[in-house]
Amino acid sequence: MRLNKIQQAREQIEKSCAKIGRLVQVMEVCGTHTVALFRHGIRSLLPKNLKLLSGPGCPVCVTDQGYIDTVIDLAGRPDCIIATYGDMIRVPGKNTSLERLSLPNVRIVLSSDDAVTLAKNHPDKTVVFVAVGFETTTPATAVAIEQADKFGLNNFTVLCGHKLVLPAMRALLSGRNDKIDAFLCPGHVSIILGSRAYEPIVKEFKRPCVVGGFEAEQILSGLAKICEQIEQNKPAVDSVYGLAVRPEGNKTSQQWMEKYFEPCDGPWRGLGCIPQGSLRIKDTYAKFDAQKRFSIAQMPAEEPCGCLCGQVLCGLIEPSQCGLFGKKCTPDHPVGPCMVSTEGACAAWYKYGK
Amino acid sequence: MCLAVPARIVEMTGDQAVADAMGNRWAIRTTLTPEVKLGDIVLVHAGYAIAKIDEEEAKKTWELFEQIAEMEAERGKAQGGDHAT
Ligand code: SF4
Repeated sequence: MRLNKIQQAREQIEKSCAKIGRLVQVMEVCGTHTVALFRHGIRSLLPKNLKLLSGPGCPVCVTDQGYIDTVIDLAGRPDCIIATYGDMIRVPGKNTSLERLSLPNVRIVLSSDDAVTLAKNHPDKTVVFVAVGFETTTPATAVAIEQADKFGLNNFTVLCGHKLVLPAMRALLSGRNDKIDAFLCPGHVSIILGSRAYEPIVKEFKRPCVVGGFEAEQILSGLAKICEQIEQNKPAVDSVYGLAVRPEGNKTSQQWMEKYFEPCDGPWRGLGCIPQGSLRIKDTYAKFDAQKRFSIAQMPAEEPCGCLCGQVLCGLIEPSQCGLFGKKCTPDHPVGPCMVSTEGACAAWYKYGK
Repeated sequence: MCLAVPARIVEMTGDQAVADAMGNRWAIRTTLTPEVKLGDIVLVHAGYAIAKIDEEEAKKTWELFEQIAEMEAERGKAQGGDHAT
């Protein structure tokens, strides 16, 4: 039955792409999609004129260099404990990475909760939670701030690097890469935001936005819907990611985010400053803001020399077109962040032998 | 870090819960999904349940995880170790 659906989707894609008759470029916004596309071998099943572009949907990859260097600087302070998700420790800063420094005060956490526990257990140190991620991870950071507030933990702080997906999609279509014909929208972010959140983009830019799941069948039927919409010139919002994605999203998560964070302009690696594309901690909770606590000025974001992550993240080039790919830059010795995270486009291309 | 895992809630006190995926158990919070109950299957991201999902969907993902684990093991054997984290 599933095979049947896969077959149907492939036929639809073939048919629509033949009718469209020009290059169709679909951006998979989410890094998990990039990996799933490789795992299922989907690229090889697609017609020649359908091209998939990896987008800026891996939180590690889009975190700018200034932020990474700030974390590395803070790690050098003996009065701090750095609590970070595992992927971040390997991202190279200007001179080194957290992993290479291998400092005892850098702790890998699996959730923001663990960071709060660290603060509880180490009252003599200030915990800096390295808060990166999109709408899927931000609510958890909000809950952590609430917990710290409730327990009166004045030694818990958040270095906010959270970002918003929709402004980045807008920024791409508004100039950085307006050749994108449609978006395969990120599954987990859409659970939080709701599929309705994409409606303004569809209206304004006339591009299909279809929320995809991570199985072969879901990805292919998502692409089939996209191709059909392009063929019929009827861009719309749709979802093939099952019941978890509701039109209105997860309201509780949205409320948590709104209570503690507000949008601001902020730097994305490779994409530059995206209007309203970042989040910052609201003034009411300033005491939990690591940037304010440690009076950190915005650092200039110098990107590693020769690394073309910016262009990769905009879908302008494929990773193999970067001169360092597979030579100076490999998963063991990453130059840029796209080679670090397993969901990074360069790492996925390297691993799956492109 | 974007991984979300389907898991069944097998213990629950307030918004603290224990989740089970394919026999692996760990502590999660249900703060973001106040509607979930003991026995429900949820999608867990970074220690938090973010959505209730149905058994059918969960099973597909669990199967996929098993396949990936097998594939990775095969690759590991073939390549003499896999360094990706
Ligand atoms: S291959 Fe390495 S250096 Fe080149 S764009 Fe990717 S991460 Fe950057």
